[in-house]
Amino acid sequence: MEKRVTFSRWTIGILFAVPQLLLIFTFFYWPAGQAVYWSLTLQQPWGGGNIWVGLDNFRSILSNADYWNSISASLIFAGISTGLAMFIALVLAALTDRQLAGSRFYRVVLIWPYGIAAPALALAFRFILAPEAGFMAVVNQVWPGFWDPGLDGADAMASIIVAFSWKYVGYNFIFFLAAFQAIPRSLIEAAAMDGSGVIRRFWDIQFPLITPTIFFLLVINITESFQDSFGIVDIMTSGGPANATNLMVYKIYSDGFKGLDYSGAAAQSIILMLLIIVLTIFQFRFIERRVHYR
Amino acid sequence: MSIFKQGLAALAAGAFSIALAQPAAAEPVKFDFWFGLSGDLARVVDTLCKNFNASQADYEVVCTSQGNYDATLQNTIAAFRAGKQPAVVQVYDVGTATMMLSGAYKPADKLMEENGYKIDYADYFPGIARYYATSKGEMLSFPFNSSTPLMYWNKDAFAKIGKTEAPKTWEDVGADLKALKDAGYECPMAINISANESWQLMEQFSALHNQPIATKNNGYDGLDARLEVNKTKFVQYVTDLKKWYDAGLIKIKSKDLGQDMVQSFATGTCQVIMTSVGDHGTVGKTQKEGMNWDVAELPVYAGTERKNSLVGGASLWVLSGKSDAEYKGAAAFLNFIHDPKTALFWSTNTGYIPVTKSGFEYMKSTGFYDKAPYKGRETAIASLTASEPTEITRGIRLGNFTQIRAEFGTQMQAIFANKVSVQEGLDTLVKNGDAILERFQQTYPGKTLP
Repeated sequence: MEKRVTFSRWTIGILFAVPQLLLIFTFFYWPAGQAVYWSLTLQQPWGGGNIWVGLDNFRSILSNADYWNSISASLIFAGISTGLAMFIALVLAALTDRQLAGSRFYRVVLIWPYGIAAPALALAFRFILAPEAGFMAVVNQVWPGFWDPGLDGADAMASIIVAFSWKYVGYNFIFFLAAFQAIPRSLIEAAAMDGSGVIRRFWDIQFPLITPTIFFLLVINITESFQDSFGIVDIMTSGGPANATNLMVYKIYSDGFKGLDYSGAAAQSIILMLLIIVLTIFQFRFIERRVHYR
Repeated sequence: MSIFKQGLAALAAGAFSIALAQPAAAEPVKFDFWFGLSGDLARVVDTLCKNFNASQADYEVVCTSQGNYDATLQNTIAAFRAGKQPAVVQVYDVGTATMMLSGAYKPADKLMEENGYKIDYADYFPGIARYYATSKGEMLSFPFNSSTPLMYWNKDAFAKIGKTEAPKTWEDVGADLKALKDAGYECPMAINISANESWQLMEQFSALHNQPIATKNNGYDGLDARLEVNKTKFVQYVTDLKKWYDAGLIKIKSKDLGQDMVQSFATGTCQVIMTSVGDHGTVGKTQKEGMNWDVAELPVYAGTERKNSLVGGASLWVLSGKSDAEYKGAAAFLNFIHDPKTALFWSTNTGYIPVTKSGFEYMKSTGFYDKAPYKGRETAIASLTASEPTEITRGIRLGNFTQIRAEFGTQMQAIFANKVSVQEGLDTLVKNGDAILERFQQTYPGKTLP
């Protein structure tokens, strides 16, 4: 029989929960509620007053072609950068787990990128990918005009994806490696004795056993790619050229803080929140079915 | 320089010990001043503040840089909503309409009058004063750091094509750029097409040619003003720029690509740029050894009667909700900045131009414009005062103009990347810009610009 601590009076339980509830209320529900209220009004930036406009803000945003462009840019960014960051991290973690020469060294080094603040790494990548002065200048020497993120939207999108993925490879790597190392050695050794090769062992044993981690990282990466991309976009492209990298989170910032359109920005952040919620529900509903928890 | 710094430190230490020796009774009234300049310019502002504090004992200004203009406005709004706003704040030129409707300021002219300062408003260069004044001519804020764009040209390169003077018309520019290209220059002229360049490419061009940017006299006469740059001479200008870009006569230079416009000129890579007089010092300090260059007024199309260019920069606003004592201090501070001697200090240490005629005369009398590093900066005054401001060249009074500038950058990039034609791009600029203006108008129902 399991022993359980129980409280005779429910008030004590509530009391214990109060600090946590207060924190959540102050830092999440209250601002979120405020955002909902702002999105239904037109706010004067200096606080001189506001007008109730109902769903007008949402209507004007959703009828704006630039906003739809921003949504599709965000989805493309999320899809490719999540795929890239997870795939590279998975390969690196699998190799590190095989105790190849120098794997101890990689294990430490590969974790570092996640510790770098987004704007700092964006600055570094801006230098690396600058078409006239950076690493890509060499490529442009060979094929003139090949790389031009200043005018070519696809190039600009590629550079923010590279920067973002580079950061999240480190993060994903830690989780993948931990998952690989949690797999009992005996399973893999048994398979090896039965004569299955590295690839075979990966697909039949390791991969199915780390699906919970893959699922977890998928949810986190997609969510983060919607939110954490701000610093990279701000430093590397400022949403340009011609709105090609104007991701939803950056558009919220530029409309709200630069354009002082607080109501429009609030409405956009509500839409972004809903989109992330829907995506997460979708993942739990359809992808989690294929995940095997032990 | 270090002797100067030590001197200042000694002075500060001295002032400090005097303050200690006479406690409480002579405690100066403190007030805040927030500004948006950073780096070298922020250090000059700090020195300016120290000079003010040293010049009298009643007030002490606490100057804080907020990093850039956008952040200054954002932080001030946040502070204002929380009731912790500074007494004086620097707001950039295009924030003027937003400020005027905020109801968060104390009119500068009234403040000075209440505190017994007599300011001769006619002393301000009209091109500068009108930009910040109401449609009736009242000064709600004081012009502070001011500049206007100039054309920087490489004399050595132009000598190679047999020219000793800068081109005065865009027709000449086209021919000269072609000649420079033929003479082997890879980058005859550099431009950039981000939101920031709306200033020299769209706003200044329109003013010089007396072309409107928006209806209702560029917004001075009402919040229902709407853009009209898709049917002015500006269309021809963008068409020409694009044509020259396609022909390799113009290159796009920006920090993101590796080298910005000013660097590309200073290193001798590009032979012509259009940028603020504020960069005059930077070019001088960073130029390639022995390079000969000069500045000229921006060109106009042949047959155009040249009008005044617009001022760029920022003005100082006094915010509402402060104590009388703080307002006294703020008034003393504005009066200090208005002084011609401060103008000389300010212009010497930055690239900004004096904002008053007396400041300009005083600087001329000290021989400022005759000496090598500053010679040429008087061209900016000539450009600003080329004519009496017309109804259109007073300035631009449009709400959320920052976003319209961003839209300008977006559409120019689309045009230069061949995604849309010039006319399509400008039509979209007008359409999206009008949506921004409409939204601004809706946010302030029933209000009118002062």
